[in-house]
This record gives sequence, C-alpha cells and structure tokens, in this order.
Amino acid sequence: MKTVYMDNNATSQVAGEVLAEMLPFFTETYGNPSSMHSFGGAVGKHINNARGQIATLLGCDESEIIFTSGGTESDNAAIKGALAAEPEKRKIITTRVEHPAVLTTCRELESQGYNVVELGVDSHGQIDISQLEAELDDSTAIVSIMYANNETGVIFPIEKIGEIVKAAGAVLHTDAVQAVGKIPLNLSSAKIDLLSLSGHKLHGPKGIGVLYVRKGTRLSPFIAGGHQEKGRRAGTENTAGIVGLGKACEIAGEFIAEENTTVRKLRDKLEKTILTTCPDAILNGDKNNRLPNTTNISFEFIEGEAILLLLDQFGICASSGSACTSGSLEPSHVLRAMGVPFTAAHGSIRYSLSRYNTEAEVDFVAEKMPTIINQLRELSPFVK
Amino acid sequence: MWEYTDKVMDSFLHPKNVGEIKDPDGFGEEGSLACGDALKLTFKLDENGKIADAKFKTFGCASAIASASAMTEMIKGMTIEEAEKVTNKEIADKLGGLPEQKMHCSVMGMEALQTAIAYYRKGKGQESKEIQGKIVCTCFGITDIEIKKMVTENQLDTVEQVTNYCKAGGGCGGCRGEIEKIIEKIRGKKDQAKETSRPTKSKKMTNIQKIQLTQQTINEQIRPLLKNHGGDIELVDVEGNKITIALRGMCAQCRTAEFTLKDVVEAKLREFVSGDVYVVEEKTEIDPQHVHRDIGTEKK
Repeated sequence: MKTVYMDNNATSQVAGEVLAEMLPFFTETYGNPSSMHSFGGAVGKHINNARGQIATLLGCDESEIIFTSGGTESDNAAIKGALAAEPEKRKIITTRVEHPAVLTTCRELESQGYNVVELGVDSHGQIDISQLEAELDDSTAIVSIMYANNETGVIFPIEKIGEIVKAAGAVLHTDAVQAVGKIPLNLSSAKIDLLSLSGHKLHGPKGIGVLYVRKGTRLSPFIAGGHQEKGRRAGTENTAGIVGLGKACEIAGEFIAEENTTVRKLRDKLEKTILTTCPDAILNGDKNNRLPNTTNISFEFIEGEAILLLLDQFGICASSGSACTSGSLEPSHVLRAMGVPFTAAHGSIRYSLSRYNTEAEVDFVAEKMPTIINQLRELSPFVK
Repeated sequence: MWEYTDKVMDSFLHPKNVGEIKDPDGFGEEGSLACGDALKLTFKLDENGKIADAKFKTFGCASAIASASAMTEMIKGMTIEEAEKVTNKEIADKLGGLPEQKMHCSVMGMEALQTAIAYYRKGKGQESKEIQGKIVCTCFGITDIEIKKMVTENQLDTVEQVTNYCKAGGGCGGCRGEIEKIIEKIRGKKDQAKETSRPTKSKKMTNIQKIQLTQQTINEQIRPLLKNHGGDIELVDVEGNKITIALRGMCAQCRTAEFTLKDVVEAKLREFVSGDVYVVEEKTEIDPQHVHRDIGTEKK
C-alpha cells in the first residue's frame, strides 16, 4: 500500500539532496572539527557553510546561529537562558496555545516561583495584542510567542509583537519550528531576539535544530562543557545533522514560493472538498492568517482516533487533537483555548502537506473522507 | 500509536451488533461527548428471560467501539443474572487485552450494561440496584464504590491505574489522595519506597525551615494542582502551626474553594510539612466578572 503522508507538521521526509550531503560525514569526513589535524579541521568549514545557508534563509548573521539538538532544546535554552541572564526580572509572558516545549518549560519555571502569564486566544486562535501590552511591565524578562501554531497553522503577528516587546524592554523569543521554510522570514527587520527552529520539520534530519540569538541579546550558556558554539552550547558538533540542516534550509529558500502557491493550492483544494462533501465539518483556525500547508477540520459527533485508524487503512497519515490519541483525558489544549466545543475538539483532524504531496493524493484523501466519516457516524449515538 | 490486538482492530473495523433496538427491555447510556467517549446499549429478552438481541452505538476511539461490540456479543444468550456478573476485565480479555490507558473503554461497556439492567429491573417493578456511594472524583463523577470495584476486580495498585481504568483522578487531580487511601484499604499499604522523592521532613524544624518547606510544598505539590483549574495560591504567613494562604485566580471565587482549602492545601501541607499544621485563608476582594471554569460540570 502506498503511503499518503499528510502529517508534515509532525515530521517530514528528508530531502534526497539533504541525505546525499550528509552521508560523507558518517563515512569519510567523520573527523572532529575541534581536532588539530587537518582531517578533523577540514570539517569546520562545512559547519560554517551550513551556518551561512541557515543565516541566508533567516536573513540574519552567521554568528547569530547556535546549533542545538532540535526545537525543544532551543525553546528550553531560550527561555531558561534569558531568565538566567536577568535574574532580577521574574515575569514570563506566553500563550495558552504554545507547543509543550514552551508551555511545560514555563509551567516548570512557575513552580520555581516565576510569575507566568499565559495569554488566551479568540475563537480563531489569535491573541489580543492589547492584552500583551497590558501585561508587559518592568519585571517582564521574556515573552515567548510562537510564530505559527503547529495544530491550526495560525500565524501570529510576530513583527508587531516584536515592536511592542522591544518598547517594553523585554526579550522576545519565538518558536518558529512550524514557520521556517513555509513562510518567508526576515530577522534583519523583525525585532526578534531569540528564535527556535528544527531540522526535521523542513525536510532535514531529526536531532538537529537552531537557536538564533540576536547580537547583543543576553543569554546564559545552556550546556556546559567544551568551547563549541562559543561555549554557549558545548558538545561535539552533530556534523552530519548540521550539514543536512544547512542544505535543507538552502532548498527551503528555493521552494518558499512553491510552498505558498502549489502547496497552498493543494491544501485549499483538500480543505474545500472535505468541507463540502462531509456534513457537520468545521474549519478550525484563522482562515486568512495560516501556514499554507496546514488545515485543521473538526468532524462533529465522532472521535479523532477512530478517524485516524480508518485513514490508516488506506495508508493516509494525519493527526488528531482528540484526547484518545494522546492517552490523556483532555482533547487538544489549543482547540480548547480557542473555545472549540468538546463535541468538535474530540473529532478534529489536522492535515499538514508538503511539496512532496501531489494533486492525485489530495483527490484520494478527499474521496475517502466522506466514507470514513459516514461509517463512524453510523456508530455514533449522537447522530439521529 | 497504540498497540491494539488483532481482535481489537477486527472488532473496530467490523463491529457486530451496531444499532438500536426499538422498545427495548434494557436501555443504558454511559459517558458523554465531553468525556470523549459515550455508549448507548439496548437489549431485548426472549420468552425464557435470556438476552435475545443486543445493540450498541458508540462515540469514541477504536477500543471504545471494540469493547462495545465485544460486550454485546458476550451477553447474547445470557440471563440478566449472568449478564450482571460480566466485568470489564472479561470484556478486555475477550479482545485479547487493551492498552492500560484504554481500560476505561471496557469499563464503559460494563457500566452501560449495568445501567441497562437497572432500567430493565425498574420497568419490571423490581428493585433497581442503582450504584450508590460518595462521589470521589468530581471531575468525572466517579463514586468510591465504583473505584473500589475497579481496584478489586482488576487488582490495581496505583492511582494512575485507577485513572486509566475509570478516569477518576484524571481531571484536576484533587481526589488522588482519596483514591490512594481507597487502594491502600483494599490492597494493603504499599512499601514506603516512594517517600524518598518527597521533601525531607525533619522532626524538629526551625521556623525558617518550616517556612521554606511550606513554600516548597506549595510550589511543587499544591500549585500545579490548582493551576489545572485556572487557580493559584500564595503563601501569606506562617505562625507556629497556623499557615495563612491566599487563593488566587479561579480558585478565589470557586464554589468549592472551602473543599480545596481543606482537602488539597491542608492535606498536602500536613503530608509534607508537619502533621499538626492547619490552614486559614486570607480573603481577597472578588471580581464579579470572573466566571469559574468548572471542569467538573463541563465533563459530566
């Protein structure tokens, strides 16, 4: 059975060119860039090259890139590192719809006595800027607001947020794991101090990520050890991962227009067809401010895990915000924060596409959906 | 991804006995949309008093659908007395087992069956055996009798297991202490190995040590519980055994604040700080705009 992969916000296929770039670093050029021999030392210029490729995509300087193990580490390091650098400031502002990498970190800090404010969102998943303005004060050390939401694809007005946070003298961190490679970013104009990105979300490898640290941003070193990454993040460089991420960013830059034309068109077609052919289907999120690849649809009166397992029978990969898929008893915190009723939250499905999806795949998924939905609705005690 | 047995997948993909019987002898509904799973069961008896037909409708995940299908297959041909004895464990066993976090699906099957039998008895003018007892988990409306039954029939040892089986303790977590007591009563006290992870409790404390331990307990043990309900807590003062606290956020206006104070705050402080402390609340002005986000009523 052919796999139809529409779960790219969870992880994505490593691009062939990326893999090809990585392989020699396992087999031939496996040296340690810190070594004094030229065999190892030669690896260093490849790392610098990758730094350059990433900096080009982000619109920043190479020196502002720190390699990490991924988005979660970058988020942890940004928040904890910024707080450690300003010990007298005790307030953190974030939102209720952040990824657990940010939310759990903030809640852990809260139990250590920090004052954490979680901004709510409206029914479209958007935050209220005036609420952020009202919460910002002299004691605010860091504001951590995601660039785009992983579940709904909703994009936050991060440039506007940057202006406000900067004016208040706080540090702005943004988890841009879902945004990088899908929408154009320019860190030279945006007032973002810290930004997290992850390799495997943009057709790069897993286990590699970046924390962008704007020049002049005070951040405590977060992994102690050797002198790597200017002593801020010690540990022998993940050379293959770094080189792969660099290549993935280079290609992402070339395809960014396609993401917003071809992929967007495919997403729109899938969404439109499902909403027309499946009764009681509701779109979640801000239709006009969304990642081009993501759609999140609730099917009322049926449960997400059951939908996913039936999709799986056809080789279709998607994900759900239902409680059952997580093993917890609560449905998605993002949809609940948006006030999506339980009836719809339990039956939500996220389809996240990539440039590897085809129109034939979109048609295939759209064709299967009504059958699956009807099959489960026939079982549902809530459908008359 | 869950590891479902082939039997679970088969019962989910090809469920038996889907539908609703008209004018049923037995009728039972369990769960709700809010809970993420719900089951409607109907059955009809033949002239010999045996279950001739049983049908179900389920809103839920694969294991909820499979459990309902398995249960209806099991009870066909049974007398009411036999059906009444069907346990959730037997339903799960028929499916070749369920992941532990999914055991509550088999419990929902058993509960719907019991409700349907009670409906039948009521119709016949017989005394219904309605489940009674004291509500322990207010979030999911689970009684002590239900928890005891779960613990005994499935030989459960931990609060986490109880949550997996009947959801009790899976909401705000305020009743976890009480569930633990029920388990201890039935299963006997566990060894005290877990104690090591707790803050050390010295016999004689200076006042400074007591204040520090109180703050540590509030930060690590109490605040996370209250945060689940949108609330918060602040330590105001410690004088001898009197600990003054202030409830903030949602908790400040909560109807069950009194309950929270005694059953959560005081219980935790007695557990971790000292057995003879007591808690008083410093009242603050109430914002009438604030509406309590009551997870309990939302859920069931």
